[in-house]
Amino acid sequence: MSKSHVTTTINGEAAEFLCETQQTLLDVLRDVVGLTGAKEGCASGDCGACSVLIDGTLVCSCLVLGVEAEGKSITTIEGIAQGDHLHPIQQKFLEHAALQCGFCTPGLIVATKALLDENPNPTETEARYWLAGNLCRCTGYDKVIRAVMDAAAVMRGETV
Amino acid sequence: MTSLSYAAPTSVDAAVKLLAGAGGVAKVLSGGTDLLVQMRAGRVKPEIIVDTKKIPGIIGIREENGAFVIGAGTPGAVVEAHAGLNKAWPGIVEALDLIGSTQVQGRCSLAGNLCNASPAADSVPALYAAGAIAVVVGSKGKREVPVEQIPTGPGRTSLGKDEFILEFKLPARPANSSDAYLRFIPRTEMDIAVVGCGISVTLDANGVCTAARCSLGAVAPTVLLVKEMADVLVGHKLDADTLAKLDAAAQAAAKPISDKRGTAEYRTKVAGVLARRVAAIAFDRAAGKATGKTH
Amino acid sequence: MNYISSDLKVVGTRPIRPDGVDKVTGRAVFAADTRASGMLWGKILRSPHAHARIVSIDTSKAEALKGVYAVVTSKDFPEIASEEAFVGEGPMNFRDLSDNIMARGKALYEGHAIAAVAATTAALADEALALIDVTYDVLPHVIDVDEAMQPGAPVLHADMFTAGVNPKPATASNIAKVVTFKKGDIDAGFAEAEVIFEDSYTTKPVHQAYIEPHACLATYAPDGQVTIHASSQGHFMIRAYTAKLLGIDMAQIRVNPAEIGGGFGGKTLIYLEPVAVALSRKSGRSVKMQMTREEVFRGSGPTSGASVTVKLGAKKDGTIVAAQQVLKFQAGAYAGSPVGPGAMCGLAMYDIANVDVVGYDVVSNRPKVAAYRAPGAPISSFAVECAVDDLARKLGMDPLVLREKNAVVNGSKTHYGPTHTNIGFTQVLEATRAHPHWKAPLAEGHGRGLAVGFWFNIGGESSATVHINEDGTVMVATGSPDIGGSRASMGMMAAEVLGIPVSKVKAIVADTASIGFTFLTGGSRVTFATGMAVTQASEKVVDQLKARAAATWDIPVDAVEWKDGKAYPAGTNAGAFEPLDLAAIALKQGRTGGPINAEVSVNAQGAGAGFGAHICDVAVDKETGKVDIVRYTAIQDVGKAIHPSYVEGQIQGGAAQGIGWALSEEYIYNAKGQMDNPGFLDYRCPVASDLPMIEAVLVEVPNPRHPFGARGVGEVPIVPPMAAISNAIKGAIGLRMPDLPMSPPKVRAAIDAG
Repeated sequence: MSKSHVTTTINGEAAEFLCETQQTLLDVLRDVVGLTGAKEGCASGDCGACSVLIDGTLVCSCLVLGVEAEGKSITTIEGIAQGDHLHPIQQKFLEHAALQCGFCTPGLIVATKALLDENPNPTETEARYWLAGNLCRCTGYDKVIRAVMDAAAVMRGETV
Repeated sequence: MTSLSYAAPTSVDAAVKLLAGAGGVAKVLSGGTDLLVQMRAGRVKPEIIVDTKKIPGIIGIREENGAFVIGAGTPGAVVEAHAGLNKAWPGIVEALDLIGSTQVQGRCSLAGNLCNASPAADSVPALYAAGAIAVVVGSKGKREVPVEQIPTGPGRTSLGKDEFILEFKLPARPANSSDAYLRFIPRTEMDIAVVGCGISVTLDANGVCTAARCSLGAVAPTVLLVKEMADVLVGHKLDADTLAKLDAAAQAAAKPISDKRGTAEYRTKVAGVLARRVAAIAFDRAAGKATGKTH
Repeated sequence: MNYISSDLKVVGTRPIRPDGVDKVTGRAVFAADTRASGMLWGKILRSPHAHARIVSIDTSKAEALKGVYAVVTSKDFPEIASEEAFVGEGPMNFRDLSDNIMARGKALYEGHAIAAVAATTAALADEALALIDVTYDVLPHVIDVDEAMQPGAPVLHADMFTAGVNPKPATASNIAKVVTFKKGDIDAGFAEAEVIFEDSYTTKPVHQAYIEPHACLATYAPDGQVTIHASSQGHFMIRAYTAKLLGIDMAQIRVNPAEIGGGFGGKTLIYLEPVAVALSRKSGRSVKMQMTREEVFRGSGPTSGASVTVKLGAKKDGTIVAAQQVLKFQAGAYAGSPVGPGAMCGLAMYDIANVDVVGYDVVSNRPKVAAYRAPGAPISSFAVECAVDDLARKLGMDPLVLREKNAVVNGSKTHYGPTHTNIGFTQVLEATRAHPHWKAPLAEGHGRGLAVGFWFNIGGESSATVHINEDGTVMVATGSPDIGGSRASMGMMAAEVLGIPVSKVKAIVADTASIGFTFLTGGSRVTFATGMAVTQASEKVVDQLKARAAATWDIPVDAVEWKDGKAYPAGTNAGAFEPLDLAAIALKQGRTGGPINAEVSVNAQGAGAGFGAHICDVAVDKETGKVDIVRYTAIQDVGKAIHPSYVEGQIQGGAAQGIGWALSEEYIYNAKGQMDNPGFLDYRCPVASDLPMIEAVLVEVPNPRHPFGARGVGEVPIVPPMAAISNAIKGAIGLRMPDLPMSPPKVRAAIDAG
C-alpha cells in the first residue's frame, strides 16, 4: 500500500511526513513525527487530550486525518513555549497547581491558548464551556479554571 | 490489508467523478467528527475518502437579499462567528454550537450533521424548522432538496452514491421572525441529545403567530417535522393554553425508544417541556426581545 | 524527630512541582510515549460474550499473517494455584489474576482477554486479531448483584463455596464471602430505640476513568532479563505480579515507572504487562501495548455496584442506639470486592453502642473490580449518610446537630475493632458549623445537603534515599509513583529537614532495581509513609553532615548542631568556628569520609484516619429532573498540609469524581450482558461546565505519628458527595433519591410518582 506524502508546518517549522490514509493526525504526530505531547485518551473526540491548533483553530487531532495536514500550520503543545520561556498559560498552570497527573494538561493548555487568542477576557462560565471538551479527572477543574483566568489577566497586562 | 485511498478534489465535477467511480464504499469527508469515529470503530470501511473541503464555495457564508447560503462544509465555529446569521437564524447557530466540544466546533459541519443521519443530531431539527434547502450535486447535476427529505432512517440518506451536499439555502425572513433550538442532555456539554426541539416562527404586530415550523429530535428514527405543533401555534399568542397544547402535541408526536440515554417515557415528557421552552425563546426573539445564548 | 511544633520554612508553602515544566510542555514521558528499537505492537482479542465456555481457539491464520511475530493464549502462561496475593490494593488471588489477564476455559465477562498478538504495526495487530477463530459455547449470564445471589442464578465458578459461613455451603454459588461485624446487642439496641428509620439503596459500578489508558512497553531479552516501562500505581506491584504470573525471578525483572496519567486505585492491578512480556518472549522483540478507551471500560476494573440496606434506631434526643447495615457488593468476575472496608467505613463516624453489619462479596459477569479511591467507603457511606439525614428529619433535628451528637471522638471504639485515636472529626464538624456556606441563606427552590465521610488511611512499606551532590544540591529518590504531586512534597520534607531551599532538592521516582521495596501508591499512604522514609533518610544525612563538620573542626559530633542548612558549634564551649554550610561540606565530602547519603526503609504505622464533611447546594429542574451543583464546600482534616495546593487538589478532584458518581456515571448493560456505554461520550464524567468552584477547607489536626503531622488526604473526599447531593435534592424537592446515579430520568420519575 502506498503512503501519502504530506508537506505541512509544525510549530512554525516546515515538515514533511509519509502516512497512510487512515492514520489520524494524532497517530502521525506521535508515531511518525515523534511529538508525543498530544495524548490519546479516547480517540473519539470526547476527552480533548490530543488537542492541537490547525491554522489557529482548536481541533482534536484524533478526529483529523494526517493527510488533511497538507498545506496547514499545526501547533502542538511542544510549540506553545517560546524557546526556554514558558507561555503565561503554562506558567499559571504551574503556579496554580492546575495539574496533578499531567496527562490532560497538554490538551488543556492548547485549548486555553485558543480560548485566549479568541477571547482575551472570558468569564468563568465562558472558560468552563470552552474547556468542556477537555476532560480532567484529577483536579475537579477548580485550579484549572483559576489558572486560565489568571493567565488571561496576565496576557491582558493586568497582573503579572 | 485493504487499502484506503484519499483524494481532495478542487471541483465539484472531480469530486462527483471520484464518488461515482468508486468500486466499494466511498465516504465524503467534511469535518470528519463522525466519520473518523465510525472508521476507528470499524462501523464503516470505505475504499476511498473524498475530502470536499477544497471545493470552492463549500466553506463560507453568503448573504443574498436577506437569504443566506451556507457552504456545506463550513465549520461550526465559522457559522457561530457570523453576525448576520446570528441575527437572522439564532436557532440554527445555537443548534450547531451545541454539537460536541470547542474542538469539534472547529471541524463539524451542517452537511456532516445532516448526512450522518442521526435522529439526535443537534443542528438538524433547527434546519428542519428553518425550512432549509440542501443544494445537492451529483452526476446528473444540481438539485435542490428540502432538508427533511435527506435523512431516511438512522445512518441512511436519500443521496445517491455519487451525490453530496454543496450548500444550504436559508430563505429571507419576514419581519418579526426568529427561531430557537434547545436540547436536553444529562450534563451541560459533550452529550448526545436525549431530546431536541427546533421552532421557527413569524409573528404579526400583536404577537400572534402567523407561520411556524416545529421539529423534534431523538424521539423517532429520524428527526421529525411536526405539523401538529405548528398548527397549535399558528393563529395564537404564546399564552398558557397554547403552551399546554404545544406540550401535548409534542408528546403526541414523540415516538421514542428507551436506550442508554433515556427512557421512552422520559423522552416523551421532555419533548413537551422543551417544546414550551423553545417556543418561548423563539417568540421572544421574533418579538424583538433579547434572548441571549442558552448556556 | 518530630517537627510538628517547629517553625517550618518549606513545609506548608506552595512551590512549583519538580515535574511541572515537563508536564506543561509535553515533554513528560508517559508509558505510551516510550519506544524501543524493533518494537512491535501488542493487541488483545476480547470476549464479546458475558459468559461463555471457550471451546477452541485457532490462531493459525493470525500467525500466518506477514508482520505478525507472536500470538499468545492462556496456554502461554503457567497454571497457578489459588493463593492470596498481598501485592495490590484490595483482595486478589494470583490464580484469578492469571485467569483475568488471559481467560482459561471460560470467558467470564464481555471484554475478558482471550488471546493477544504482536505485529509490526497496531493496524496489523488489529487485523491479526480478526483472524483468530474462537469457538464459544455461550452460557447464561448474570450482571446484577441481587440476581447473582438468587438460587438458580448462573454460577461463574464451580468451586466457589461461600467463605465466612458455618457450616460451609454444600453447593457452589456466586457469593464468595460473607463478612460480619458486631458490637453490643443489636436487638436490645432497637428495643431501646424510640425512633427507627430504615431504607434501601443501590449504586452502579463506576470507573476510575483516568484519562490515560493502561499502557506498557516490555522487553524479554534472550538471557531472560525483562525490562518494563509501565504506567502504574506501583512498579514493585507490576514486578511481583509479572514474576508470579510468568514464573520469572524478580531479580530478572526491572520495572521503570513511567509518568502515570491518573489511577485513583485503578492502576493497582495489572492487565497488560505479563501479556506484553509473554509476547516479547515469544517474538524476541520489544512489545508495546496500549488499551483503547473502550478496552479500559470493558476490560479493566471499575468499582463495585451495590445494594445496601440501613436501619437506624435512636432515642428522641438524637442518640443513635442501634445501627444495622447489609451490603451486597459486586466483585466482578472474581472474588474480591471492597465490601470489607465498606462494612467498616460506613458507620465509622458514629459512636453507636449496638451495631450489626453484614457484607456479601458477590461475583457476576462483569470486569473484576479494582480499587477506586477509599474502596467501598463511598458506597457504604452513601447509604448511611442518606439514612442519617432522614433520621434527623424524623427526629425533627438539624442534620449537623444529629451528627455532632453521635460523632466519634478519640477513644471511641469502632464496630470493627480498633479504637479511634488522634482523629480530628470534632474539629471538622466545628469547621463545618462555622463555615459561611453552612449559614448562607438558600435560594428559592435550592436544596442543601450535608454528609460526612471516613477513611482509615494506611502506612506500610516505603523506601527512600537522599544523596548529597558535590555542589550541595540534593537528590531524593523514592519507590512511590507520583500520581498527584508527591515528588513536590517529598522534596519539601527533605528540604525542611536539611534546612535548604526546596529548589536545591530534586525528587524522583526510582525504578525497582534502584531503590528498596516500596508498596504501591494507594490507601493515601505516600505522603505519610514514604514521607516518613524521606524524613528519616534526610535526618541520617544531617547526622553525617554534622559528623563531617565535627571532624573538620576536630570536636565531638554532639558538639555540632544543624540549623538552616549549616553546621554550627553547639554553644561557645564547642569552640569558635565559622559555620559550615551544606555546600561547603558537600564539596569536601570525598576527603572527609566519602559520599554522603542515606537510604531508609520503613514499615510505617499510625497513619491517622481522615474525616471530611461536604456541604452541597443543588438546583433541581423539576420538569427535566436535571440537578445542578450550585455551591460545593469540602472540609477535611488533613493533619498537616505539606503542599497545600496539592492537598486542595486532592479534595477538589475527589469531590468532582463523587459528583459524577452521584449524578451521571454508570455502567449500562444490554440484554446480552455487554456494556452499552464504553466511551467518554456516554460514560458521563463531569466536564468543566458541570461544576462550580469546589472550596476545599483544610483543617489541620496534626497526626503525631508523622514527623510533620501529615495524614492521608486523597480518599476521604470521594466518600461524602453522593449522600450530600441526595440530601440536597431531598431538601430541594422533598424526595429521597436512593438509587445512583440520580440521573434526570430517575429524578423526573420520582417527581411524577410524588
